[in-house]
Amino acid sequence: MEHEIFMLNRIEFLLHLADNALIIGHRNSEWCAHGPALEQDIAISNIALDYIGQARNFYQHAAFLINELPHESSVFSIPATEDTLAYLRDASAFKNHLMTELPNGDWAFTTLRIFFFSSYQYFLYQQLIQHEDAQIAAIAEKSLKEVTYHLRWSSDWVIRLGDGTTESYQRMNTAINALWPYTQELFQENNFLQPTKNILAQIQTDWNEKIKNIFEEAGLHLPEKSVQYQGGTKGFHTEHLPIILTEMQLLQRVYPNCEW
Amino acid sequence: MQNQQDVFFQDKVDKEIRIEPKDWMPEKYRQTLIRQISQHAHSEIIGMLPEGNWITRAPSLRRKAILLAKVQDEAGHGLYLYSAAETLGISRDEMYHQLHTGKAKYSSIFNYPTLSWADMGVIGWLVDGAAIMNQVPLCRSSYGPYARAMVRVCKEESFHQRQGFDILYTLGKGSEAQRKMAQDAINRWWWPSIMMFGPKDDESPNSIQSMKWKIKRFSNDELRQKFIDVCAEQVKVLGFTLPDKDLKWNEARKHYDFGTINWDEFWQVIQGNGPCNKERLDARKKAWADGEWVRDAATAYATKKTAKNKAA
Amino acid sequence: MSTHSNSKIEWPLWEIFVRSKQGLDHKHVGSLHAADAAMAIENARDVYTRRMEGISIWAVESKNIHASNPDEAGSLYDPANDKAYRHPTFYDLPDEVKYM
Repeated sequence: MEHEIFMLNRIEFLLHLADNALIIGHRNSEWCAHGPALEQDIAISNIALDYIGQARNFYQHAAFLINELPHESSVFSIPATEDTLAYLRDASAFKNHLMTELPNGDWAFTTLRIFFFSSYQYFLYQQLIQHEDAQIAAIAEKSLKEVTYHLRWSSDWVIRLGDGTTESYQRMNTAINALWPYTQELFQENNFLQPTKNILAQIQTDWNEKIKNIFEEAGLHLPEKSVQYQGGTKGFHTEHLPIILTEMQLLQRVYPNCEW
Repeated sequence: MQNQQDVFFQDKVDKEIRIEPKDWMPEKYRQTLIRQISQHAHSEIIGMLPEGNWITRAPSLRRKAILLAKVQDEAGHGLYLYSAAETLGISRDEMYHQLHTGKAKYSSIFNYPTLSWADMGVIGWLVDGAAIMNQVPLCRSSYGPYARAMVRVCKEESFHQRQGFDILYTLGKGSEAQRKMAQDAINRWWWPSIMMFGPKDDESPNSIQSMKWKIKRFSNDELRQKFIDVCAEQVKVLGFTLPDKDLKWNEARKHYDFGTINWDEFWQVIQGNGPCNKERLDARKKAWADGEWVRDAATAYATKKTAKNKAA
Repeated sequence: MSTHSNSKIEWPLWEIFVRSKQGLDHKHVGSLHAADAAMAIENARDVYTRRMEGISIWAVESKNIHASNPDEAGSLYDPANDKAYRHPTFYDLPDEVKYM
């Protein structure tokens, strides 16, 4: 029984990691064909692809663990696959951070979100490399390379826009004010985050340091204080997530049990 | 003198010596290339839109990743081609301007709507298939930068066509609804895709000069016939049909005969009256306008940094 | 912050050279537009090494080319390693299919 709870927590944790990657990947993929320059279309599509790849890896591992659970205790439909997990769960089952589901806004909002989020992932994945579950460690190691690049790319954009023109500076500030209320959720403890509990504080410290450095270079400032929203990891989302899922899950829901 | 240069130029072309950016070339050759290459680049960029709008609706994560990679490749192809055109002395901004103001054309196929997931399959199989048939000979085009860009493009297009075929093949083995979805998509895209080879040879006046200059290697009708012959066989493997009751193997010609193409529709779409002409152009114009402050900011930042480095 | 710059200024053109593997020369692969060198290298990574084509990139601003008539290898190149679906051989086609 204890082992089962342990495994359920691990599965929830994996779903959380996968949902984060999938939803932010979904948002970034919306830029494809609409970016500010052809080269940037390609760049952001690459980032979206990396995220979707990470989501698949985490979902696949979660599915494997789900299928190993004793039948009667399973709250998941069996057999689980990466696609049943991505396409057949409702918004209330999704455990992504709220930040990832917000609409793209402009290029300032989009690049700032990638910056905030990839900074977080950068420090998180460094910890997960040592995870006792070898599969999680392996996925983290592979993903860390991608995230390192996302962080570099997005840092460059934050600096460029912060220190660019009057307009880009103002837009970056608007984006900071819009996104900041969703940043502290990244460091909220949670049941399924138990194994990572003591590392969250460290991640937060590293994250703050990183943000401070890049903002300094960009000539940007953190907001004095702001409201903080949370709930995503518990399934309490913004109105945006159900809309994302309606679109994403359309074919799987309309034509159930089909091969695609 | 001019005449002698022309003769020398044609001689190089006839000997299959590639023309490079700094070489002398007839002005008409330069203009023809700019028109053709930029038109081709625009087609790649506009072509991202009808498929791009299904990325968020792809029915599995695997398909989503593939489709996204594919549409991203098209951006890459546009980029290679714009770069090739730029070696002829036109800027990318100028080419965009021509596109946005309607002065430049792009492949009319992308003015048709994508209405179901099966359209992703058909675009890969038929539209990319037709494009490849057009493009493979361009890898030997007389203009070096164009030929080199096309080598890259063709290498990547092959994956595009296969993923499209794979989508249709899967649908073909699927449920009744999936089969219906696929057949419907084939019915809608077949005729527009064989129009992609352009007007009939006797109505394509630029073709003769382009072939003499080896910008083009095969005539529109030759390529179209080759494409139809290939598809008529492949569709059998898929278990679907092509919407042409006159499609029949002709033993004497060793080719498939096919029905009459509706050229009125072709010219209508080219002139901007296709179902999605306006949406496609508006989407491009919006992306360009929305991105202006971003491009300006990056330029301003780069300028400041350069100044700082100089001062230091 | 500066004032709004002239939007007519296009990002400059860069020539991209890629070393496809250790021991080989950097080879010209094409060009692209970028506001500065850092962006040019990042763009080159996304544009020209999506299929594991390279392990090192040079970017030279085109205007600096005169004609006669690194450390982050992991995050820069490895990610393209797992995108097998970009290669045509990823797809198993039925044997009957010809010319694809």
